[in-house]
Amino acid sequence: MPDCNSIDEADRELIAVSSLSQYSYCPRRCALIFTEQLWDENIFTARGQIMHEKVDSADHESRGNVRLEYAVPLRSIKLGLIGRADVIEFHKTEDGWDVFPVEHKLGKPKPDSSDKVQLCAQAMCLEEMMGISIESGALFYGRTRRRLDVAFDRDLRADTETTARLVHELLASGLTPKAEYSAKCKNCSMVELCVPKTGKHVANYIEAMTRLE
Amino acid sequence: MKQHLNTLFVTTQGAYLAKDGETVAVRVEKEIKLRVPIHTIGGIVCFGQVSCSPFLMGFCAEKGVSISFLTENGRFLAKIQGPVSGNVLLRREQYRRADDEEAAASIARMILVAKITNCRAVLQRLLRDHPTKVAVKAVAQASNKMTTAIEKLRESAHMLDTLRGIEGESASTYFGVFDNLITAQKSDFMFDKRNRRPPLDKVNCLLSFVYTLLMHDVRSALEVVGLDPAVGFLHRDRPGRYGLALDLMEEFRPYLADRLVLSLINLSQVNAKGFSAKESGAVWMEDETRKAVLVAYQARKQKEIVHPFLKEKVTIGLLPWVQALLLARHLRRDIDGYPPFIWR
Repeated sequence: MPDCNSIDEADRELIAVSSLSQYSYCPRRCALIFTEQLWDENIFTARGQIMHEKVDSADHESRGNVRLEYAVPLRSIKLGLIGRADVIEFHKTEDGWDVFPVEHKLGKPKPDSSDKVQLCAQAMCLEEMMGISIESGALFYGRTRRRLDVAFDRDLRADTETTARLVHELLASGLTPKAEYSAKCKNCSMVELCVPKTGKHVANYIEAMTRLE
Repeated sequence: MKQHLNTLFVTTQGAYLAKDGETVAVRVEKEIKLRVPIHTIGGIVCFGQVSCSPFLMGFCAEKGVSISFLTENGRFLAKIQGPVSGNVLLRREQYRRADDEEAAASIARMILVAKITNCRAVLQRLLRDHPTKVAVKAVAQASNKMTTAIEKLRESAHMLDTLRGIEGESASTYFGVFDNLITAQKSDFMFDKRNRRPPLDKVNCLLSFVYTLLMHDVRSALEVVGLDPAVGFLHRDRPGRYGLALDLMEEFRPYLADRLVLSLINLSQVNAKGFSAKESGAVWMEDETRKAVLVAYQARKQKEIVHPFLKEKVTIGLLPWVQALLLARHLRRDIDGYPPFIWR
């Protein structure tokens, strides 16, 4: 369940970090979740939930030169974001600690940049909160059990800022973009609540259904 | 499509429901009679003297499973539910449209088109299946009258009062020939006219009970999609009344409730002995009859049909949810009108 109810009244203008990847995937999906407050627990999200519960259950641990913090609260005033990082790794270096966020994803790497944008947003929150700079992080995919390193370069940062701005505009408008049916609708966990194939045919429908055979 | 989850109906008097791990345990006289995994149920409905542990209530709220308490005769008493679902923008839009006579009438019109078309379909079905048994002329006449009403509704916009007039006339036409739809146990189940509070004959008693079940399902469905069940378009606000639930129920009455009552009688799944009359003339159902009705209602809800608008397979039990969702999507301007459920 997206944890948008826990956002303080005073922090209203802050949007969830996770909304950025939802938006990159599909702006309508983002509006359905955050504006319409619809969320359909299905097999995919339930599995994701279980995976996250594991991540959330411990709060920190150490492995040699790496210290791990779990479920770390995040915020950025500049981007207007609030959220939580699955795992932050602190790598010991000669002159201190390198901060390295790791986001766990259920599936496999996606062709779009949505997961990278979400991770980059987490890094930008940490940079602002800790007054540091973070060069890279990683996405861990459950299906492939692989880690994908992500460099927070200038393009990705610009992409992240733009996405944050667009999500703010979308959620402030209170409007939900119209559905456009495409191949990705088939795998979308929101498809039954979205009903993307319905459109402007109610009059025709009534006409056809009330006619006597 | 979304999975249709069962409703757990508890009618055994004195039963106690408790959380037992991930299951709901039903205890009667300290003995566990039934254990149901929580993820297989969508709601729990308790009739009469049935109680519930607070832990179960919390657990159900967390899992989005509602618990309702009804009197033995199915009158709604109370409900336990988690946080309000849905979206304040949707509810505001619902209120705005309800306040706007023209906008309210355009939704009400669609609902009534469906209701009257579905009533007509019930009559048409009878004419087809029992052409020799029934008073063909009267039923056909009634069906024709309804066709005229449907055309009137389809052709142009109307004021709410006009719509109510058309609906009232169609209802009396329909119930005027309803007795013809009863093709078995004729002497035991006679129908003269619709009456309620209390019902004065067995047919009305069955109708009222099934309408109550349907009302309960429609109300829950509206709440699940985040609509306010109290603020209707055709039925105006009255404290204590679920106007929108009554609205949305209209299109389901003939298809879900009336047909169910008819098949219970016509297939002799209920009989005259299962009812008793009070001094006042009010007719009540015996426990066994009530159970038979609930079983039949549940069985019907499990059946799959192709949704006429979505063209997707859904169980009948999910129809209230699908229609509530379509209504919400229309209010949020996703669909250019409200597509009601029409049976054919």
